[in-house]
Amino acid sequence: MTSDAIQGGFDLISWNPNIEEMPRAQLDRLQLKLLKLQTHKMYDFSPFYHERMRAAGVMPSDIKTLADVKKLPFMTKKDLRDGYPDKLFMCDRSELLRYHASSGTTGKPTIVGYTRNDLENWSESLARAMTSVGLGKDDVIQVSNTYGLFSGGLGFHYAIEKMGAVVVPASTGNTERQIELIRDLEVTAIASTPSYLMYLGEVAAKMGIDIKKDTKLRIGLLGAEPWSDRMRDRIYETMGVKGINCYGASELSGPLFSECSEQQGIHIWGDLALVEIVDPDTGEPLGPGERGEMVITMLQKEALPIVRYRMGDITTLNDEVCACGRTHPRINRIQGRVDDMIIIRGINVFPSQVEHSLMQHPELGNEFQLVVDRKGHMDNMLVRVELKPEAFTDNIIELNALRERISNRLKGTLNVSAKVELVQPGTLPRFEGKAKRVVDRREY
Amino acid sequence: MTDSDKYRIKQLSIFSENRPNRLGAVANVLKEGGINILGFSIAEGAGYGVIRVLVDRPEVARDLLTKEGFVVKFTEVLAIQMEDRPGGLFDLTDHMKEVNIEYGYGYRNPPYAVLIVRVEDIEKGIENLLKGGLRLLDNTTFH
Ligand SMILES: [Zn+2]
Repeated sequence: MTSDAIQGGFDLISWNPNIEEMPRAQLDRLQLKLLKLQTHKMYDFSPFYHERMRAAGVMPSDIKTLADVKKLPFMTKKDLRDGYPDKLFMCDRSELLRYHASSGTTGKPTIVGYTRNDLENWSESLARAMTSVGLGKDDVIQVSNTYGLFSGGLGFHYAIEKMGAVVVPASTGNTERQIELIRDLEVTAIASTPSYLMYLGEVAAKMGIDIKKDTKLRIGLLGAEPWSDRMRDRIYETMGVKGINCYGASELSGPLFSECSEQQGIHIWGDLALVEIVDPDTGEPLGPGERGEMVITMLQKEALPIVRYRMGDITTLNDEVCACGRTHPRINRIQGRVDDMIIIRGINVFPSQVEHSLMQHPELGNEFQLVVDRKGHMDNMLVRVELKPEAFTDNIIELNALRERISNRLKGTLNVSAKVELVQPGTLPRFEGKAKRVVDRREY
Repeated sequence: MTDSDKYRIKQLSIFSENRPNRLGAVANVLKEGGINILGFSIAEGAGYGVIRVLVDRPEVARDLLTKEGFVVKFTEVLAIQMEDRPGGLFDLTDHMKEVNIEYGYGYRNPPYAVLIVRVEDIEKGIENLLKGGLRLLDNTTFH
């Protein structure tokens, strides 16, 4: 499917030019066709969504135009949680090929299942994305995202293989060896979090390796945590690596989309996903350029259907054809969250998860605070919590053991380690309205 | 009240966060209340500490500190008199082998010195220390 063709006057190399450069009207028709099909499938095969549609008084035949998507009921993270582990799946187990999991808000993870087509579309999406930033068969791409239940590692892995580049499945950890591999295997691109790439650059400098001069690394496929154009500039200045903004979520499959070489927004492949921006309070659709919550409908998913899924991410949509020649809509850099979710070392953390974990300890009060900062490009989370007066003991060993227990339970719930600080009751801030538990001191 | 109960001494244990001048804040409350500090020590935990204080009026001190938001607890400790000369502590330890000590701290109180200890089992501790021929100060010395 790879094409070296130069089409429509654009000097463009696309993974799948027929789709990526499809005229907009034609893309709209394709989207409508896929949306109708998916709605029918969900109504027939998803008891969960069938119920939802009936409750909302919508029939598959009500979807006559793309704008009719707004008639369909929303899905949220809570639906996936309530459906644990696979109540929302709409395929037979015999069709499943893989599971991934993301951390949940109350301890239980969200399980994502994949059919062969789901895996195929996932790789297809990322292969298009990587090709759009100039990567191809001759590249060596190191995947420094975690392999395993987290979708970030294997997602890139198979997409790179599909594209025909060489993959270095480094996963996370052992940064010095990662740097040696980058140098010795002539790695040209790396998939990681932006903070890890910054950290890697610092370790390399300490090892006496200049990423700019001593390696062939030139592209960073970066995502899974918030970052800024300033950080992108810094990465380019210090390492000579062009940071490419990637987007995805395990519910959608994993990392799926990225900017193209133009770096003017992230292309959301219209044949795979229908993106809307809505008012986070009313759920009403907003127009192009208007800031709101991103809502995504996956148009071809088979195992875990995703319809009008509230991503919780705040951004704007750009519907114009890109300078690169791709017709698919773009979203701008994520500007914030609807909820108070924070991302620590690439892992989503909700204050409600922390609260749930802390509540298991009768020694602790109800108030707590999350303080996040970044030291040397590594995120650190401090959980400050009040010790109940009756739980105070003169015995330091017991207090230290309590702190240890709290810390271990948090790690078990969040999948990310947190330092715990016991504080005097009554000293943490109290809130009358919505509690503001997070103090984020990181600079993006 | 058994006879040995008079050796139980009420120490204040105060939870102290890892913030500047927490000791000063405690000392100020005690000063304002006219409480006399007889001895004290600070124990470092992980990111917090415990301030241990012997005072002349422990109940009053606790109430004052609690009112100021401090977390305070009484802990029973023992006070062993020791001689204020080289080898004074060694003479004691020789007689304390049977006693399981959680922590201790000392101060001079001429003409003698005092070793404050927190023991695992206070009843047995008193018995063993007395049996070892040590001199325990009774709580009237403090309160
Ligand atoms: Zn583009």
